Amino acid sequence: MRGLTAPFAATGEQVINMVAGSGRLAIFLGRLAREIPPGLRYVHLFFEQCVQIGLASLPLVLITSLFVGGVAALQSAYQFKGYVPLIYVGTVISKSVFIELGPVLTALVVGGRVGAALAAEIGTMRVTEQIDALETLAIRPMRYLVVPRFIAAIFMLPMLTVFANTIAVLGGMVVAVNRVGISSVTFQRGMKLLFDVNDIYGGLIKAFVFGAIIALSGCYYGFQTRGGAEGVGESTKKAVVASCVGILVLDYFLAEVIFQLLFGAR
Amino acid sequence: MIKIEGVHKSFGSLKVLEGVDLEIPTGENLVILGRSGSGKSVLLKHIIGLLSPDAGRVLVDETEVGSLGYNELAKLRRRFGMLFQMAALFDSMTVGENVGLALRERGGMKEVDIKEIVREKLAMVGLKGIEDKAPSDLSGGMRKRVGLARAIAMDPEYILYDEPTTGLDPVTAQQINVLIRSLQERLNITSIVVTHDMASANYVGDRMCLLYKGSILFDGTPEDIANSKDPVVYQFIRGEAQGPLTDGTADIEVHTPDPVGQEARHGE
Repeated sequence: MRGLTAPFAATGEQVINMVAGSGRLAIFLGRLAREIPPGLRYVHLFFEQCVQIGLASLPLVLITSLFVGGVAALQSAYQFKGYVPLIYVGTVISKSVFIELGPVLTALVVGGRVGAALAAEIGTMRVTEQIDALETLAIRPMRYLVVPRFIAAIFMLPMLTVFANTIAVLGGMVVAVNRVGISSVTFQRGMKLLFDVNDIYGGLIKAFVFGAIIALSGCYYGFQTRGGAEGVGESTKKAVVASCVGILVLDYFLAEVIFQLLFGAR
Repeated sequence: MIKIEGVHKSFGSLKVLEGVDLEIPTGENLVILGRSGSGKSVLLKHIIGLLSPDAGRVLVDETEVGSLGYNELAKLRRRFGMLFQMAALFDSMTVGENVGLALRERGGMKEVDIKEIVREKLAMVGLKGIEDKAPSDLSGGMRKRVGLARAIAMDPEYILYDEPTTGLDPVTAQQINVLIRSLQERLNITSIVVTHDMASANYVGDRMCLLYKGSILFDGTPEDIANSKDPVVYQFIRGEAQGPLTDGTADIEVHTPDPVGQEARHGE
């Protein structure tokens, strides 16, 4: 009998956990929204986090962007050969980088690095009672810890994306010139051919939202940490998975909205 | 005066506190004894509003802690200092920043005055010239002393000590005991010390309570507890392996529950 009911019990438990988790997330978001205005006074913490989240991620973002641009040039040249004029290599690279590859790959790279770091840092503070200590000193952890990280992330992701876009296009051009055999002038003419500044704006809107997802995942799972080192590891894993999945899922919905708003059609 | 009236607390199916009643007059040095996992730290966290009781209430000078909104609770917490079991120093800050954090947050003070208070509080716990060190550079005993300096930085009326000597060698543990006692005498602070270290309890306590099975089993002076014939008290203070404390019972570690839910209950 117990064997028969076990699957129902397990399903029920999962549903309860999901509802409870949604409730916790809603409370977390509500409190964050309320703490943002007073939390803006922690300017020094905001700049510290800009360095941690933005500046420290820059080398990683630049290296990945360089190779993403390069491989995009190789792939497009391979697929165009014999069917599409190679001038369109520059067009394809700039369009795909500005609106999709730049913001999404930057967010995935930063999400892995920063999402994990935020969850581990806040999770360790939770299990070593540092968050309780903040409370006893009459300091609100949400205002002091989460707001500066959240604001820094939504501010730094678009900036990193601008660098990523630039380096990816340069990487694409270097590969196009040296490996595909088209001139830099042709590549640049291709870039200008169908250039639309809204491609860049659209990508930056995505980056802004992805910054929020990364900070929320890291901080939320950090706050939920229980136990010791194992709990911190579990929170870190959940934060990285949540930020990566969140970025890819929201990317689709953002694309729908951005294409409607900026380009007037899909 | 702190009054704890009929406090119950459970985490899931685990009942930790089952009707704790306790009065702590101003200026008293109370030691709360109990085995690991008996709920001592949980009780301490109720006093400062880190946890809310499922039933019952905690009153600080007739103000019910559980009924306070976050701003009122923050005001109340400024009257408290708390030393955590592992000191809970902020490892992203220097020692000086740790001790001065609450002063900076409160505002209204010049940086030079804050630095002077930090120096003074560190000197009170026997540490001079370590303001620029990182917590990771300190020994366990030094970390506890810095934690204590941080706890007294705001000149609190009450200090809560959560296992102040746990994890320290006997000499360092005694240094901490001497420090607690001297702070009690110099600053006339109400102290509540949670411990299972009888040597520490005998040194710092004017009154002792034993928490057992979720309620206060014993309440009396150090002499009373030493002469108690209660088999549980007798076994605990002598640290014997056999007896009612260990008959069919198991240690259960209690963890602080969901912080989001807790804070939400304070109306933040």
